[in-house]
Amino acid sequence: MGMRRVAIVGAGMTKFMRRAQETGKELAWEAAKMALDSCGLTLKDVDCVVMGTAPDAFDMIHMKAEYLSDGAGAWRKPYVRGFLGGGTGVFTACHAWYHIASGLFDVCLAVAEEKMSSCMPHPQGAFFTCWDQFTESPLGTSLLWFFAWEMNRYMTIHGISERDIALVSVKNKKNALDHPCAQVAADITVDDVMNSEVMAWPVKRLDVSPTSDGAVALVYAAEEVAKRITDKPVWVEGVGWCLDTMYIGQRDLYYPKYVEYAARMAYRMAGIKEPDKEIDIAEPYDPFDYKELHNAEGLLLCGKGEAIKLLLDGVTQRTGRQPWCPSGGALGVGNAIAATGLMKVAEIFWQLRGEAGKRQVPGKPRRGVAQAWGDEMQVGTVIVLGT
Amino acid sequence: MSEKIKVWPGTPLTDEDFAEKRILYTVWEPNLKYAWDTGIGYGRYFAELKKGKIIGTRCNKCRRVLLPARVFCEWCFRTVDEWVYLKDTGTVNTFSIAYTDWKADRIKEPQIPALIEIDGSDGVAIMHLIGEVDPQKVKIGMRVKAVWKPEEEREGAITDIKYWKPLEEE
Amino acid sequence: MPVEKITQVSQTKPWLGGLAPRAGEPLLYGLYTHGIAGERFFREIKDNGKFVGTRCPKCNLIYLPPRIYCERCFNGLEEWVEIPNRGIVYTFTAAYVDLDDNRLEKPVIIALIRFDGIHGGLIHKLGEVEPGKVNFGMKVEAVFKEKEKREGNILDIEYFRPI
Repeated sequence: MGMRRVAIVGAGMTKFMRRAQETGKELAWEAAKMALDSCGLTLKDVDCVVMGTAPDAFDMIHMKAEYLSDGAGAWRKPYVRGFLGGGTGVFTACHAWYHIASGLFDVCLAVAEEKMSSCMPHPQGAFFTCWDQFTESPLGTSLLWFFAWEMNRYMTIHGISERDIALVSVKNKKNALDHPCAQVAADITVDDVMNSEVMAWPVKRLDVSPTSDGAVALVYAAEEVAKRITDKPVWVEGVGWCLDTMYIGQRDLYYPKYVEYAARMAYRMAGIKEPDKEIDIAEPYDPFDYKELHNAEGLLLCGKGEAIKLLLDGVTQRTGRQPWCPSGGALGVGNAIAATGLMKVAEIFWQLRGEAGKRQVPGKPRRGVAQAWGDEMQVGTVIVLGT
Repeated sequence: MSEKIKVWPGTPLTDEDFAEKRILYTVWEPNLKYAWDTGIGYGRYFAELKKGKIIGTRCNKCRRVLLPARVFCEWCFRTVDEWVYLKDTGTVNTFSIAYTDWKADRIKEPQIPALIEIDGSDGVAIMHLIGEVDPQKVKIGMRVKAVWKPEEEREGAITDIKYWKPLEEE
Repeated sequence: MPVEKITQVSQTKPWLGGLAPRAGEPLLYGLYTHGIAGERFFREIKDNGKFVGTRCPKCNLIYLPPRIYCERCFNGLEEWVEIPNRGIVYTFTAAYVDLDDNRLEKPVIIALIRFDGIHGGLIHKLGEVEPGKVNFGMKVEAVFKEKEKREGNILDIEYFRPI
């Protein structure tokens, strides 16, 4: 392709917590320092820093990236923030890639941070200002409506039951029991999910991931440099991102076309023709249980409406042929918006190196895909990693 | 990674830590007010709503209707070709029954927000609320009609339509 | 395509909205924890009327306000150092209008105060002095509120006054 090969060589993250004492800066530092320590590098070795952090309204700090810059190691370094709402985390992973692939820099530190607990009375209220101020917010628009609409349409068009979708929540929360940073790992049943409080039908409380505080950091290096730092570099094989229309009435919610476009961009770069066969592990974005299925279809890991069959057949369990969200995902670990996306990339990184501890997927996975989604429910960001 | 590291950074707090002021914190209440201009497209859209009509625009190149009315087509990136009046009836594309509001507080009477495909637009939907119906009877594909505020109460806003109710068709 | 043009100003109507309290209740507000470093910094001010900073032995810098990490070498900082509450005015301004552009009765002097040998400084008001009488390098000292009135934030300092 004419661009340099880039690898991820180190990773670090904080616990995902409902409320952290650390300020956003301190969270960013804790994750970034851990990432550098994990590959034996110091701040001097870092040429540039990219930051991913979602709405300023969560931390209630305007110009959040500037505020976080010293904690992210960006003092007197080239520094830029990417923002794509919930899609930010995986976009940051792509952003760091092209800093190095372009030949401009050799080592890049990618940091994603979120401190949602600062937003009161509830972080969900921060979305109040993201709707169209004329045609949408006067109706008292709530974020949950969008998810409920999408879930309803997806379920109705494909004829999938709420009980079956609840299995995703059960799987991911259980997977997260083995993640040391998880906020809401638990051993629950489908009945627990079905009996939980209905917030906006068909969305129930246990269908939803919690709001979190947390930070994740990854260290990227160009090929020659990566090989000196570690003997287990994880290569970035493909990146993709795509946006769809803001006007919710103009796209059909049952299928995320924009995720498919982003995925095709990444797969083309990686030379993948049959993702359902060539991808060993996947981390589709799962802020809600049905989203894992919805996004996995967008990632072309199966046909439309077929994700539920793979789940029911056990294919997507950690011991299955193609585990989805072995980390526990947002549903189990927590959803610190931007940090969640990067947490999924970090998970693929650790899995491909065989360093995921109790979460390790058997069989030496060689290729993984991580995906994030969000913004005004219309962005898909995808990264393919391989060894 | 996991095996070697014993302590993961992060200091979680509980609600009691805040209630009993075990840790220090600061509160800020923003007082930011805005005055937005609606623009040309929405300006006409709302002026028509005040008159009890729904208007969109049409792009002839892409052969589609834009709703709410806008003056440029984002697909082919040119100005639209004409204004087009639409009906105030439609089909439910998707809906939800909401028991919590935008702040995540519980509400007594559930709301039924929905995306309603407006007749005449070839399937373009707008966001609104459904009313005057038992929530359990709402279905995707249901036909609905707008219930308008009386003329004197309309202000030129999306709320000039109070909600949409089931349409009885012969 | 014909576009309707407004001919009377009274027909223009801005759409109003915002993040301001409604019916006395805040729509959205921020609750900020002071953080690990901030917790210690503001407790010292609240309980003891003292300033403290953190020192990086590698870069030989003392940070004020303190941070738990050095922004230059990225090491964690654990050495806390007491900082005398006397400094100098590095730069200052006098504000004659408030945030909403209303004229203030009395101008408020805001200064950046730096301390000897310390990296950083504090922004605060100057008191017991007229705007015309402030100059660069002027020596000032902190005046704290009475202990019972302190809450553990930057306003526990009333102002800095010339010595």
